[in-house]
Amino acid sequence: MHFDAFDRYHEKESFLHRLDPRVKALVTVIFIVSNALLPDGAWLAFVFGWMFLIAANLLSQLGIGYTLKRSLVALPFALIAITVLFSIPGEPIFTFQFFTSHLVITDAGFLRFVSILIRSWLSVQMAILLVAVTRFPDLIHALEHLKVPAILTTIIAFLYRYLFVLTDEVFRLIRARESRSAASTGKRAGRGVLWRARVAGNMAGQLFLRSYERSDRIYNAMLSRGYSGHLYTLNAHEMKPRDYYVTALAIVVIFVTQVLGRF
Amino acid sequence: MPVTHVKNSFSQPEIGSDVLTVKDLHFSYPDGHSALHGVSMKLSAGDKVALVGPNGAGKSTLMLHLNGILGGHGEVEIAGQRLTRDNLPAIRAMVGLVFQNPDDQLFSPTVFEDVAFGPLHMGLPEADVRARVDAALEAVRMTTYRDRLSHHLSVGEKKRIAIATVLSMNPNLLILDEPSAGLDPRARRTLINLLRELPITMLVSTHDMKLVQELFPRTIVMDEGRVVADGLTTDILEDETFLTAHGLEKP
Repeated sequence: MHFDAFDRYHEKESFLHRLDPRVKALVTVIFIVSNALLPDGAWLAFVFGWMFLIAANLLSQLGIGYTLKRSLVALPFALIAITVLFSIPGEPIFTFQFFTSHLVITDAGFLRFVSILIRSWLSVQMAILLVAVTRFPDLIHALEHLKVPAILTTIIAFLYRYLFVLTDEVFRLIRARESRSAASTGKRAGRGVLWRARVAGNMAGQLFLRSYERSDRIYNAMLSRGYSGHLYTLNAHEMKPRDYYVTALAIVVIFVTQVLGRF
Repeated sequence: MPVTHVKNSFSQPEIGSDVLTVKDLHFSYPDGHSALHGVSMKLSAGDKVALVGPNGAGKSTLMLHLNGILGGHGEVEIAGQRLTRDNLPAIRAMVGLVFQNPDDQLFSPTVFEDVAFGPLHMGLPEADVRARVDAALEAVRMTTYRDRLSHHLSVGEKKRIAIATVLSMNPNLLILDEPSAGLDPRARRTLINLLRELPITMLVSTHDMKLVQELFPRTIVMDEGRVVADGLTTDILEDETFLTAHGLEKP
Protein backbone atom coordinates (compact mmCIF):
# COMPACT_ATOMS: atom_id res chain seq x y z
CA MET A 1 0.00 0.00 0.00
CA HIS A 2 1.46 3.29 -1.07
CA PHE A 3 0.23 6.76 -0.54
CA ASP A 4 1.98 9.09 -2.93
CA ALA A 5 -0.27 12.10 -2.71
CA PHE A 6 2.63 14.25 -1.53
CA ASP A 7 5.09 13.26 -4.18
CA ARG A 8 5.00 16.22 -6.53
CA TYR A 9 8.00 15.29 -8.62
CA HIS A 10 7.29 14.84 -12.32
CA GLU A 11 9.67 12.64 -14.24
CA LYS A 12 10.74 14.47 -17.40
CA GLU A 13 13.89 15.07 -19.35
CA SER A 14 13.75 18.85 -19.54
CA PHE A 15 16.38 21.55 -19.26
CA LEU A 16 15.19 22.44 -15.75
CA HIS A 17 15.20 18.81 -14.61
CA ARG A 18 18.84 18.42 -15.62
CA LEU A 19 19.96 21.61 -13.92
CA ASP A 20 21.98 21.21 -10.71
CA PRO A 21 19.57 21.14 -7.74
CA ARG A 22 21.67 23.76 -5.93
CA VAL A 23 21.06 26.23 -8.75
CA LYS A 24 17.34 25.56 -8.68
CA ALA A 25 17.07 25.89 -4.91
CA LEU A 26 19.17 29.05 -4.82
CA VAL A 27 17.36 30.80 -7.68
CA THR A 28 13.99 29.93 -6.15
CA VAL A 29 14.98 31.39 -2.78
CA ILE A 30 16.38 34.56 -4.39
CA PHE A 31 13.22 34.92 -6.50
CA ILE A 32 11.00 34.64 -3.43
CA VAL A 33 13.10 37.09 -1.39
CA SER A 34 13.11 39.51 -4.32
CA ASN A 35 9.31 39.30 -4.54
CA ALA A 36 9.00 40.07 -0.86
CA LEU A 37 11.23 43.13 -1.26
CA LEU A 38 9.30 44.66 -4.18
CA PRO A 39 7.36 47.79 -3.19
CA ASP A 40 3.55 47.90 -3.33
CA GLY A 41 2.07 48.48 -6.75
CA ALA A 42 5.25 47.72 -8.70
CA TRP A 43 3.10 46.43 -11.57
CA LEU A 44 5.84 46.37 -14.18
CA ALA A 45 8.09 44.31 -11.88
CA PHE A 46 5.24 41.92 -11.09
CA VAL A 47 4.62 41.36 -14.79
CA PHE A 48 8.35 40.89 -15.36
CA GLY A 49 8.53 38.34 -12.51
CA TRP A 50 5.54 36.55 -13.97
CA MET A 51 7.24 36.36 -17.39
CA PHE A 52 10.29 34.85 -15.69
CA LEU A 53 8.02 32.28 -14.10
CA ILE A 54 6.31 31.45 -17.41
CA ALA A 55 9.70 31.05 -19.07
CA ALA A 56 10.70 28.62 -16.30
CA ASN A 57 7.43 26.74 -16.76
CA LEU A 58 8.13 26.42 -20.48
CA LEU A 59 11.69 25.22 -19.87
CA SER A 60 10.38 22.51 -17.55
CA GLN A 61 8.17 21.08 -20.35
CA LEU A 62 5.33 20.89 -17.87
CA GLY A 63 3.27 23.46 -19.77
CA ILE A 64 2.55 27.15 -19.20
CA GLY A 65 -0.38 26.54 -16.90
CA TYR A 66 1.23 23.86 -14.76
CA THR A 67 2.04 25.94 -11.69
CA LEU A 68 -0.95 28.25 -12.21
CA LYS A 69 -3.41 25.43 -11.56
CA ARG A 70 -1.62 24.18 -8.48
CA SER A 71 -1.02 27.61 -6.98
CA LEU A 72 -4.74 28.06 -6.28
CA VAL A 73 -4.41 25.60 -3.39
CA ALA A 74 -2.16 28.02 -1.52
CA LEU A 75 -4.25 31.10 -2.24
CA PRO A 76 -6.49 30.88 0.86
CA PHE A 77 -3.40 31.37 3.04
CA ALA A 78 -2.87 34.80 1.49
CA LEU A 79 -6.26 35.81 2.93
CA ILE A 80 -4.53 36.15 6.29
CA ALA A 81 -3.42 39.50 4.85
CA ILE A 82 -7.05 40.65 4.60
CA THR A 83 -6.70 42.91 7.63
CA VAL A 84 -4.38 45.28 5.74
CA LEU A 85 -7.46 46.31 3.71
CA PHE A 86 -8.74 48.19 6.75
CA SER A 87 -5.63 48.99 8.73
CA ILE A 88 -3.65 51.24 6.35
CA PRO A 89 -4.65 54.90 6.52
CA GLY A 90 -5.74 56.47 3.20
CA GLU A 91 -8.74 57.64 1.14
CA PRO A 92 -11.79 55.50 1.91
CA ILE A 93 -13.10 53.70 -1.17
CA PHE A 94 -15.71 51.46 0.40
CA THR A 95 -17.39 51.27 3.79
CA PHE A 96 -19.70 48.66 5.24
CA GLN A 97 -21.18 47.43 8.51
CA PHE A 98 -19.81 44.12 9.84
CA PHE A 99 -21.85 43.12 12.91
CA THR A 100 -21.14 45.94 15.35
CA SER A 101 -18.01 47.32 13.72
CA HIS A 102 -17.88 49.91 11.01
CA LEU A 103 -15.21 48.89 8.46
CA VAL A 104 -13.52 51.16 5.94
CA ILE A 105 -11.48 49.90 3.01
CA THR A 106 -8.84 52.48 2.02
CA ASP A 107 -7.11 52.88 -1.33
CA ALA A 108 -3.66 52.34 0.22
CA GLY A 109 -4.92 49.26 2.04
CA PHE A 110 -6.39 47.87 -1.15
CA LEU A 111 -3.16 48.51 -3.04
CA ARG A 112 -1.13 46.69 -0.41
CA PHE A 113 -3.56 43.78 -0.25
CA VAL A 114 -3.45 43.20 -4.00
CA SER A 115 0.35 43.50 -3.98
CA ILE A 116 0.65 40.92 -1.22
CA LEU A 117 -1.64 38.57 -3.14
CA ILE A 118 0.46 38.89 -6.30
CA ARG A 119 3.77 38.49 -4.46
CA SER A 120 2.68 35.36 -2.61
CA TRP A 121 1.04 33.95 -5.74
CA LEU A 122 4.29 34.34 -7.75
CA SER A 123 6.42 32.93 -4.92
CA VAL A 124 4.20 29.89 -4.35
CA GLN A 125 4.29 29.07 -8.06
CA MET A 126 8.08 29.13 -8.15
CA ALA A 127 8.25 26.83 -5.12
CA ILE A 128 5.75 24.43 -6.75
CA LEU A 129 7.88 24.38 -9.89
CA LEU A 130 11.04 23.69 -7.87
CA VAL A 131 9.49 20.62 -6.24
CA ALA A 132 8.08 19.43 -9.57
CA VAL A 133 11.42 19.44 -11.38
CA THR A 134 13.76 18.32 -8.57
CA ARG A 135 13.80 14.91 -6.93
CA PHE A 136 13.31 15.42 -3.22
CA PRO A 137 16.52 13.69 -2.08
CA ASP A 138 18.44 15.91 -4.53
CA LEU A 139 16.77 18.94 -3.03
CA ILE A 140 17.88 17.90 0.45
CA HIS A 141 21.44 17.44 -0.83
CA ALA A 142 21.28 20.86 -2.43
CA LEU A 143 20.27 22.42 0.88
CA GLU A 144 23.11 20.57 2.61
CA HIS A 145 25.62 21.95 0.15
CA LEU A 146 24.17 25.43 0.48
CA LYS A 147 25.16 25.21 4.16
CA VAL A 148 21.67 24.93 5.57
CA PRO A 149 22.20 23.62 9.15
CA ALA A 150 22.40 19.81 9.25
CA ILE A 151 19.70 19.59 11.90
CA LEU A 152 17.20 21.20 9.51
CA THR A 153 18.10 19.10 6.47
CA THR A 154 17.99 15.95 8.63
CA ILE A 155 14.53 16.82 9.92
CA ILE A 156 13.32 17.48 6.36
CA ALA A 157 14.80 14.19 5.14
CA PHE A 158 13.13 12.19 7.91
CA LEU A 159 9.87 14.05 7.40
CA TYR A 160 9.94 13.13 3.73
CA ARG A 161 10.78 9.48 4.41
CA TYR A 162 8.17 8.94 7.10
CA LEU A 163 5.34 11.13 5.85
CA PHE A 164 4.28 8.19 3.71
CA VAL A 165 4.63 5.66 6.50
CA LEU A 166 2.61 7.86 8.86
CA THR A 167 -0.10 8.50 6.27
CA ASP A 168 -0.41 4.74 5.82
CA GLU A 169 -0.66 4.43 9.59
CA VAL A 170 -3.46 7.02 9.71
CA PHE A 171 -5.37 5.23 6.96
CA ARG A 172 -4.99 1.90 8.78
CA LEU A 173 -6.42 3.49 11.94
CA ILE A 174 -9.32 5.04 10.04
CA ARG A 175 -10.04 1.78 8.25
CA ALA A 176 -10.00 -0.13 11.54
CA ARG A 177 -12.56 2.33 12.92
CA GLU A 178 -14.73 2.21 9.80
CA SER A 179 -14.89 -1.56 9.76
CA ARG A 180 -16.20 -1.60 13.33
CA SER A 181 -18.53 1.38 12.92
CA ALA A 182 -21.54 -0.83 12.57
CA ALA A 183 -25.20 -0.06 13.19
CA SER A 184 -27.96 -2.32 14.50
CA THR A 185 -30.98 -2.44 12.22
CA GLY A 186 -33.33 0.42 12.85
CA LYS A 187 -30.87 2.33 15.02
CA ARG A 188 -28.71 5.29 14.20
CA ALA A 189 -25.02 4.44 14.05
CA GLY A 190 -22.60 6.01 16.50
CA ARG A 191 -23.28 7.90 19.71
CA GLY A 192 -23.09 11.55 20.63
CA VAL A 193 -20.59 14.08 19.37
CA LEU A 194 -18.64 13.91 22.62
CA TRP A 195 -18.24 10.17 22.33
CA ARG A 196 -17.06 10.49 18.72
CA ALA A 197 -14.63 13.20 19.74
CA ARG A 198 -13.19 10.91 22.37
CA VAL A 199 -12.67 8.16 19.75
CA ALA A 200 -10.92 10.64 17.45
CA GLY A 201 -8.79 11.78 20.38
CA ASN A 202 -7.80 8.20 21.16
CA MET A 203 -6.83 7.69 17.54
CA ALA A 204 -4.63 10.77 17.56
CA GLY A 205 -3.04 9.49 20.76
CA GLN A 206 -2.49 6.08 19.19
CA LEU A 207 -0.82 7.68 16.22
CA PHE A 208 1.47 9.67 18.48
CA LEU A 209 2.40 6.61 20.55
CA ARG A 210 3.06 4.48 17.47
CA SER A 211 5.19 7.22 15.95
CA TYR A 212 7.08 7.64 19.19
CA GLU A 213 7.82 3.93 19.42
CA ARG A 214 8.77 3.85 15.77
CA SER A 215 11.22 6.69 16.29
CA ASP A 216 12.84 4.58 19.00
CA ARG A 217 13.23 1.63 16.64
CA ILE A 218 14.59 3.85 13.87
CA TYR A 219 17.13 5.34 16.24
CA ASN A 220 18.21 1.81 17.22
CA ALA A 221 18.57 0.93 13.54
CA MET A 222 20.72 4.02 13.05
CA LEU A 223 22.88 3.20 16.08
CA SER A 224 23.34 -0.35 14.77
CA ARG A 225 24.92 1.05 11.64
CA GLY A 226 27.33 3.35 13.40
CA TYR A 227 25.34 6.57 13.86
CA SER A 228 26.95 8.78 16.47
CA GLY A 229 25.23 12.13 16.08
CA HIS A 230 26.30 13.23 12.64
CA LEU A 231 24.91 12.33 9.24
CA TYR A 232 27.31 11.82 6.35
CA THR A 233 26.33 11.94 2.70
CA LEU A 234 28.11 11.69 -0.63
CA ASN A 235 27.82 14.54 -3.07
CA ALA A 236 26.42 13.12 -6.26
CA HIS A 237 26.19 16.47 -8.05
CA GLU A 238 28.69 18.44 -10.01
CA MET A 239 28.28 22.02 -11.21
CA LYS A 240 28.68 22.27 -14.98
CA PRO A 241 29.39 25.53 -16.89
CA ARG A 242 25.72 25.59 -17.89
CA ASP A 243 24.72 25.67 -14.22
CA TYR A 244 26.86 28.76 -13.61
CA TYR A 245 25.46 30.53 -16.69
CA VAL A 246 21.89 29.89 -15.61
CA THR A 247 22.57 31.13 -12.09
CA ALA A 248 24.18 34.31 -13.42
CA LEU A 249 21.35 34.92 -15.90
CA ALA A 250 18.66 34.34 -13.28
CA ILE A 251 20.34 36.74 -10.86
CA VAL A 252 20.54 39.41 -13.56
CA VAL A 253 16.85 38.95 -14.41
CA ILE A 254 15.86 39.19 -10.76
CA PHE A 255 18.06 42.28 -10.34
CA VAL A 256 16.34 43.91 -13.33
CA THR A 257 12.99 43.09 -11.73
CA GLN A 258 14.07 44.94 -8.60
CA VAL A 259 15.22 47.96 -10.65
CA LEU A 260 11.91 47.99 -12.56
CA GLY A 261 10.01 47.84 -9.31
CA ARG A 262 11.72 50.86 -7.84
CA PHE A 263 11.75 53.40 -10.70
CA MET B 1 45.57 -25.83 -1.67
CA PRO B 2 45.10 -23.61 -4.71
CA VAL B 3 43.75 -20.18 -3.97
CA THR B 4 40.48 -19.42 -5.69
CA HIS B 5 39.00 -15.97 -5.87
CA VAL B 6 35.35 -16.02 -4.94
CA LYS B 7 33.21 -13.29 -6.45
CA ASN B 8 31.61 -12.54 -3.14
CA SER B 9 33.68 -10.11 -1.11
CA PHE B 10 32.23 -10.92 2.29
CA SER B 11 35.11 -12.44 4.13
CA GLN B 12 34.95 -14.75 7.09
CA PRO B 13 37.30 -15.42 9.97
CA GLU B 14 38.78 -18.92 9.99
CA ILE B 15 36.29 -21.75 10.33
CA GLY B 16 36.12 -22.93 13.90
CA SER B 17 36.98 -19.63 15.58
CA ASP B 18 34.30 -18.12 17.77
CA VAL B 19 32.33 -15.29 16.24
CA LEU B 20 29.91 -14.81 19.10
CA THR B 21 30.17 -15.71 22.75
CA VAL B 22 27.47 -14.77 25.23
CA LYS B 23 28.03 -15.64 28.88
CA ASP B 24 25.41 -15.46 31.60
CA LEU B 25 23.55 -12.42 30.27
CA HIS B 26 20.90 -10.83 32.51
CA PHE B 27 18.68 -7.90 31.64
CA SER B 28 15.66 -6.10 33.06
CA TYR B 29 13.82 -3.27 31.33
CA PRO B 30 13.60 0.07 33.14
CA ASP B 31 9.97 -0.67 34.05
CA GLY B 32 11.16 -3.67 36.07
CA HIS B 33 10.08 -6.31 33.56
CA SER B 34 12.85 -8.87 33.54
CA ALA B 35 13.65 -10.18 30.05
CA LEU B 36 16.85 -12.24 30.18
CA HIS B 37 17.87 -14.64 32.97
CA GLY B 38 21.39 -15.87 32.34
CA VAL B 39 21.56 -16.48 28.61
CA SER B 40 24.70 -18.16 27.26
CA MET B 41 25.55 -19.24 23.74
CA LYS B 42 28.43 -19.65 21.33
CA LEU B 43 28.49 -19.29 17.55
CA SER B 44 31.45 -20.40 15.46
CA ALA B 45 32.39 -18.96 12.08
CA GLY B 46 30.10 -20.30 9.36
CA ASP B 47 27.32 -21.29 11.76
CA LYS B 48 23.78 -20.61 10.65
CA VAL B 49 21.61 -20.78 13.70
CA ALA B 50 17.87 -20.34 14.19
CA LEU B 51 16.61 -18.66 17.33
CA VAL B 52 13.04 -19.71 18.10
CA GLY B 53 10.65 -19.29 20.99
CA PRO B 54 7.25 -17.78 21.78
CA ASN B 55 6.59 -14.04 21.75
CA GLY B 56 8.09 -12.43 24.83
CA ALA B 57 10.76 -15.13 25.20
CA GLY B 58 13.51 -12.51 25.02
CA LYS B 59 14.74 -13.13 21.47
CA SER B 60 14.59 -9.49 20.34
CA THR B 61 16.01 -8.30 23.65
CA LEU B 62 18.94 -10.66 23.23
CA MET B 63 19.55 -9.42 19.70
CA LEU B 64 19.67 -5.80 20.84
CA HIS B 65 22.43 -6.81 23.26
CA LEU B 66 24.66 -8.29 20.59
CA ASN B 67 25.69 -4.91 19.21
CA GLY B 68 25.39 -3.01 22.44
CA ILE B 69 22.12 -1.15 21.96
CA LEU B 70 20.98 -2.60 25.24
CA GLY B 71 23.49 -3.32 27.97
CA GLY B 72 22.69 -5.96 30.59
CA HIS B 73 24.85 -7.79 33.09
CA GLY B 74 27.04 -10.47 31.64
CA GLU B 75 29.53 -10.85 28.83
CA VAL B 76 29.16 -10.44 25.08
CA GLU B 77 32.18 -11.18 22.89
CA ILE B 78 32.29 -10.63 19.14
CA ALA B 79 35.17 -12.31 17.28
CA GLY B 80 37.19 -12.44 20.47
CA GLN B 81 36.58 -8.80 21.41
CA ARG B 82 34.63 -8.16 24.56
CA LEU B 83 31.86 -5.62 24.00
CA THR B 84 32.47 -2.46 26.04
CA ARG B 85 31.44 1.16 25.70
CA ASP B 86 34.78 2.03 24.03
CA ASN B 87 34.70 -0.46 21.19
CA LEU B 88 31.01 -0.03 20.36
CA PRO B 89 31.65 1.52 16.91
CA ALA B 90 34.01 -1.34 15.98
CA ILE B 91 31.54 -3.94 17.27
CA ARG B 92 28.66 -2.35 15.35
CA ALA B 93 30.64 -2.66 12.14
CA MET B 94 31.13 -6.38 12.84
CA VAL B 95 27.53 -7.15 13.78
CA GLY B 96 24.91 -6.53 11.12
CA LEU B 97 21.53 -6.25 12.82
CA VAL B 98 18.46 -6.32 10.55
CA PHE B 99 15.27 -5.22 12.25
CA GLN B 100 11.92 -6.87 11.73
CA ASN B 101 10.16 -3.92 10.14
CA PRO B 102 12.07 -2.72 7.08
CA ASP B 103 10.40 0.67 7.40
CA ASP B 104 12.40 1.16 10.59
CA GLN B 105 15.58 -0.07 8.97
CA LEU B 106 15.34 2.04 5.82
CA PHE B 107 15.34 5.63 7.02
CA SER B 108 17.01 7.42 4.11
CA PRO B 109 15.19 8.85 1.10
CA THR B 110 16.93 6.64 -1.47
CA VAL B 111 18.16 3.04 -1.52
CA PHE B 112 21.71 4.14 -2.28
CA GLU B 113 21.87 6.46 0.72
CA ASP B 114 20.57 3.77 3.03
CA VAL B 115 23.08 1.16 1.91
CA ALA B 116 25.87 3.76 2.06
CA PHE B 117 24.92 4.85 5.59
CA GLY B 118 26.98 2.21 7.42
CA PRO B 119 30.18 2.50 5.33
CA LEU B 120 30.01 6.31 5.47
CA HIS B 121 29.85 6.21 9.25
CA MET B 122 32.80 3.85 9.32
CA GLY B 123 34.75 6.72 7.75
CA LEU B 124 35.59 4.93 4.49
CA PRO B 125 36.72 6.95 1.45
CA GLU B 126 34.12 7.65 -1.22
CA ALA B 127 35.38 5.08 -3.75
CA ASP B 128 35.24 2.31 -1.12
CA VAL B 129 31.76 3.35 -0.05
CA ARG B 130 30.52 3.15 -3.64
CA ALA B 131 32.22 -0.22 -4.18
CA ARG B 132 30.65 -1.61 -1.03
CA VAL B 133 27.18 -0.34 -1.93
CA ASP B 134 27.48 -2.00 -5.33
CA ALA B 135 28.71 -5.28 -3.81
CA ALA B 136 25.95 -5.32 -1.19
CA LEU B 137 23.21 -4.62 -3.74
CA GLU B 138 24.70 -7.28 -6.01
CA ALA B 139 24.64 -9.79 -3.14
CA VAL B 140 20.90 -9.28 -2.62
CA ARG B 141 20.28 -9.05 -6.42
CA MET B 142 18.96 -5.50 -6.24
CA THR B 143 21.53 -3.61 -8.30
CA THR B 144 18.90 -1.92 -10.44
CA TYR B 145 17.19 -0.46 -7.35
CA ARG B 146 20.16 1.78 -6.49
CA ASP B 147 18.43 5.12 -7.09
CA ARG B 148 14.91 4.13 -6.13
CA LEU B 149 13.00 5.78 -3.31
CA SER B 150 12.57 3.49 -0.31
CA HIS B 151 8.87 4.21 0.15
CA HIS B 152 8.13 3.03 -3.39
CA LEU B 153 9.37 -0.53 -2.76
CA SER B 154 7.33 -3.63 -1.91
CA VAL B 155 7.81 -5.36 1.45
CA GLY B 156 9.94 -8.12 -0.07
CA GLU B 157 12.15 -5.59 -1.84
CA LYS B 158 12.46 -3.50 1.31
CA LYS B 159 13.50 -6.62 3.20
CA ARG B 160 16.31 -7.40 0.77
CA ILE B 161 17.49 -3.79 0.78
CA ALA B 162 17.43 -3.88 4.59
CA ILE B 163 19.83 -6.85 4.46
CA ALA B 164 22.03 -4.96 1.97
CA THR B 165 22.26 -2.01 4.38
CA VAL B 166 24.19 -4.18 6.83
CA LEU B 167 26.07 -6.29 4.24
CA SER B 168 27.74 -3.06 3.10
CA MET B 169 29.51 -2.95 6.48
CA ASN B 170 31.08 -6.37 5.77
CA PRO B 171 29.85 -7.82 9.06
CA ASN B 172 31.27 -10.97 10.66
CA LEU B 173 27.89 -11.80 12.10
CA LEU B 174 24.48 -11.26 10.60
CA ILE B 175 21.52 -11.03 12.96
CA LEU B 176 18.01 -11.06 11.51
CA ASP B 177 14.78 -10.50 13.42
CA GLU B 178 11.89 -12.41 11.82
CA PRO B 179 13.06 -12.02 8.22
CA SER B 180 10.19 -13.97 6.64
CA ALA B 181 7.35 -12.24 8.54
CA GLY B 182 4.80 -10.64 6.23
CA LEU B 183 6.29 -11.94 2.99
CA ASP B 184 4.30 -13.64 0.25
CA PRO B 185 5.50 -17.14 -0.82
CA ARG B 186 7.61 -15.85 -3.71
CA ALA B 187 9.33 -13.13 -1.70
CA ARG B 188 9.88 -15.66 1.09
CA ARG B 189 11.46 -18.11 -1.33
CA THR B 190 13.78 -15.43 -2.71
CA LEU B 191 14.79 -14.52 0.82
CA ILE B 192 15.48 -18.14 1.78
CA ASN B 193 17.71 -18.60 -1.28
CA LEU B 194 19.50 -15.37 -0.42
CA LEU B 195 20.14 -16.43 3.18
CA ARG B 196 21.37 -19.82 2.01
CA GLU B 197 23.88 -18.25 -0.40
CA LEU B 198 25.33 -15.67 1.98
CA PRO B 199 28.59 -17.03 3.39
CA ILE B 200 28.21 -15.24 6.71
CA THR B 201 27.66 -16.50 10.22
CA MET B 202 24.06 -15.78 11.08
CA LEU B 203 21.64 -15.87 13.96
CA VAL B 204 18.04 -15.66 12.79
CA SER B 205 15.06 -15.19 15.05
CA THR B 206 11.87 -16.60 13.54
CA HIS B 207 8.47 -18.22 14.06
CA ASP B 208 8.65 -19.81 10.62
CA MET B 209 9.43 -23.44 11.56
CA LYS B 210 9.50 -24.56 7.94
CA LEU B 211 12.25 -22.02 7.35
CA VAL B 212 14.13 -23.36 10.36
CA GLN B 213 13.85 -26.91 9.08
CA GLU B 214 14.99 -25.99 5.61
CA LEU B 215 17.84 -23.60 6.31
CA PHE B 216 19.39 -24.01 9.74
CA PRO B 217 21.31 -27.08 10.90
CA ARG B 218 21.35 -25.77 14.47
CA THR B 219 18.53 -24.30 16.56
CA ILE B 220 18.47 -22.45 19.87
CA VAL B 221 15.14 -22.39 21.71
CA MET B 222 14.42 -19.59 24.17
CA ASP B 223 11.54 -19.28 26.61
CA GLU B 224 10.97 -16.85 29.49
CA GLY B 225 14.39 -15.28 29.14
CA ARG B 226 16.37 -18.52 29.15
CA VAL B 227 17.91 -20.83 26.58
CA VAL B 228 15.93 -24.04 26.98
CA ALA B 229 17.51 -25.99 24.14
CA ASP B 230 20.54 -25.66 21.87
CA GLY B 231 21.26 -28.42 19.41
CA LEU B 232 20.65 -30.02 16.05
CA THR B 233 17.49 -28.77 14.39
CA THR B 234 16.49 -32.32 13.41
CA ASP B 235 16.62 -33.46 17.06
CA ILE B 236 14.70 -30.46 18.39
CA LEU B 237 11.98 -30.63 15.75
CA GLU B 238 11.47 -34.36 16.50
CA ASP B 239 10.52 -33.76 20.13
CA GLU B 240 6.89 -32.76 19.85
CA THR B 241 6.16 -32.64 23.60
CA PHE B 242 9.12 -30.30 24.11
CA LEU B 243 7.97 -28.01 21.28
CA THR B 244 4.40 -27.83 22.59
CA ALA B 245 5.66 -27.08 26.11
CA HIS B 246 7.38 -23.99 24.74
CA GLY B 247 4.56 -22.77 22.56
CA LEU B 248 6.04 -24.06 19.29
CA GLU B 249 4.79 -26.38 16.61
CA LYS B 250 6.33 -29.13 14.57
CA PRO B 251 6.46 -27.97 10.94
